[in-house]
Amino acid sequence: MIRPPGPSAPPAPTGLAVVAARPRRARTGGGALARRVPPLVTLVLFLGLWYLVSEVLLDDDRRFLLPPPHAVVAVAFLDPVNRAPLLRGLALSATVAAAGFAVAAVLGVAVGTAMSQARWVERSLYPYAVLLQCAPTLALVPVVGFWFDFGFTSRVIVTVTVALFPVISATLFGLRSADRGQHDLLTLHGAGRLTRLVKLQFPAAMPALLTGLQVAATLAVVGSVVGDFFFRQGTPGIGVLIDLYRARLQTEQLLGAALLACLLGVVAFSLFGLLIRFVTGSWYGSGDRPR
Amino acid sequence: MLEMAGVGRTFADGTAALTDLDLRVRRGEFVSVVGPSGCGKSTLLRLLSGLDAPTAGAVATAPGRLGYVFQDPTLLPWRTAARNVELVAELEGLPRGERRRRAERALALVGLEGFAHARPAALSGGMRMRVSLARTLVLEPETLLLDEPFGALDELGRERLNGELAELVARGGLTVLFVTHSVAEAVSLSDRVAVMSPRPGRIIGEVDVPLPRPRPPRLRFEPAFGRLAAEVSALLADPARAERESTA
Repeated sequence: MIRPPGPSAPPAPTGLAVVAARPRRARTGGGALARRVPPLVTLVLFLGLWYLVSEVLLDDDRRFLLPPPHAVVAVAFLDPVNRAPLLRGLALSATVAAAGFAVAAVLGVAVGTAMSQARWVERSLYPYAVLLQCAPTLALVPVVGFWFDFGFTSRVIVTVTVALFPVISATLFGLRSADRGQHDLLTLHGAGRLTRLVKLQFPAAMPALLTGLQVAATLAVVGSVVGDFFFRQGTPGIGVLIDLYRARLQTEQLLGAALLACLLGVVAFSLFGLLIRFVTGSWYGSGDRPR
Repeated sequence: MLEMAGVGRTFADGTAALTDLDLRVRRGEFVSVVGPSGCGKSTLLRLLSGLDAPTAGAVATAPGRLGYVFQDPTLLPWRTAARNVELVAELEGLPRGERRRRAERALALVGLEGFAHARPAALSGGMRMRVSLARTLVLEPETLLLDEPFGALDELGRERLNGELAELVARGGLTVLFVTHSVAEAVSLSDRVAVMSPRPGRIIGEVDVPLPRPRPPRLRFEPAFGRLAAEVSALLADPARAERESTA
């Protein structure tokens, strides 16, 4: 994860020692305070700007364009009339995202592994994986809807198409990241394909693979909401609600829904951050961590 | 025993790495191969280990366990030192208890008893190379192929590891082929030094090293050592003359 830069140093008194000491502080990122203050400052600035626009710049009759933060919280999250459908929508979108991510992860790792095992598999599949990645979801959604109806299955399929490619490419790239000397060592001792995959290639692929899965997990959230937005039928997920609130000019609820979708993505991202640390933290990238 | 007769290796792009190369290493002998960089020294070892096949001539290695120490430590960063050493024993299908026992002994042989649970990132360059050496020793090889194993180390570390290697070899009665570009290293370790020409590599001369063992580090300041080193250097410096003399 990218760590935000430390707070700007206080005006430096003259003296070489101070000049020499500063870069070290920047590299280690300082203590807990130095890590937490910058994002909080950004948040406060952002909220301040929000209040400025909504309370000062907008007239009363146009305030619906950007209601102030406390109004969003009060209307979308504290009023049970709105909270109930939002939470139901969130649960549905989270389920779709999780199912879509699981399928994309399994399928992506399988396809990426197959590609790594034979050039002809890679040559026959990779271009179409790229094509799928580039295909506009906008065009894909109705077609998937026609074929699989507008229920859970279709939503999951759309999510898979959005999240699949990063998994494939991360798997392929990761499995290739073992160096020639390591391969030679295994060859020397008669390792077959399976042994090579299990003992060398998959462990070596972990950093790339997990980062790819992390990206895919956030994309799955986006995919589930976007897919939902276009379906407008079946049980309403976050996407359907967003469209509904948009049509009714219910900006508070609209922003609340967007906020929930963001939170879902952030949770997915953070869970993978923890997993990455747990799995590869002891050996990968420890070179540039301060010791 | 290792034997190469009329060996050539030309790569797919037409580059000839080795041509008409003859080399013989007898059982229990320590032979070094020196040559300018890019002369195909590593290719020679790859051919002997079976990682690569010659495009001409014949390569014969005596049946028996072959150990290969690469130029880089090639450790797996996610495994601890002990687990790295165990890796090749795993690949050869040794049972777990046996692997553990052997890894422990091999680490002790290279002086890394206390570092069994350290990951490569936490070890110095010299220590990583020791782990790599231990990994080769874990299968108790009869023949050792070493590809400039200590080339990346500073002179002190290099000298110390060379000394330890000589001790190991003396104790185990190993057959060794040691590739290096350092004349001093070759002379101080070997029974015989073979000199290679620039690419395409071939053996253009051999120098016997009849110095008594064990050979202490100060040996390299003695006249006998100097004469042998000069002889090897002369072959390296003027490959054309070396060939004329060998045919004469």
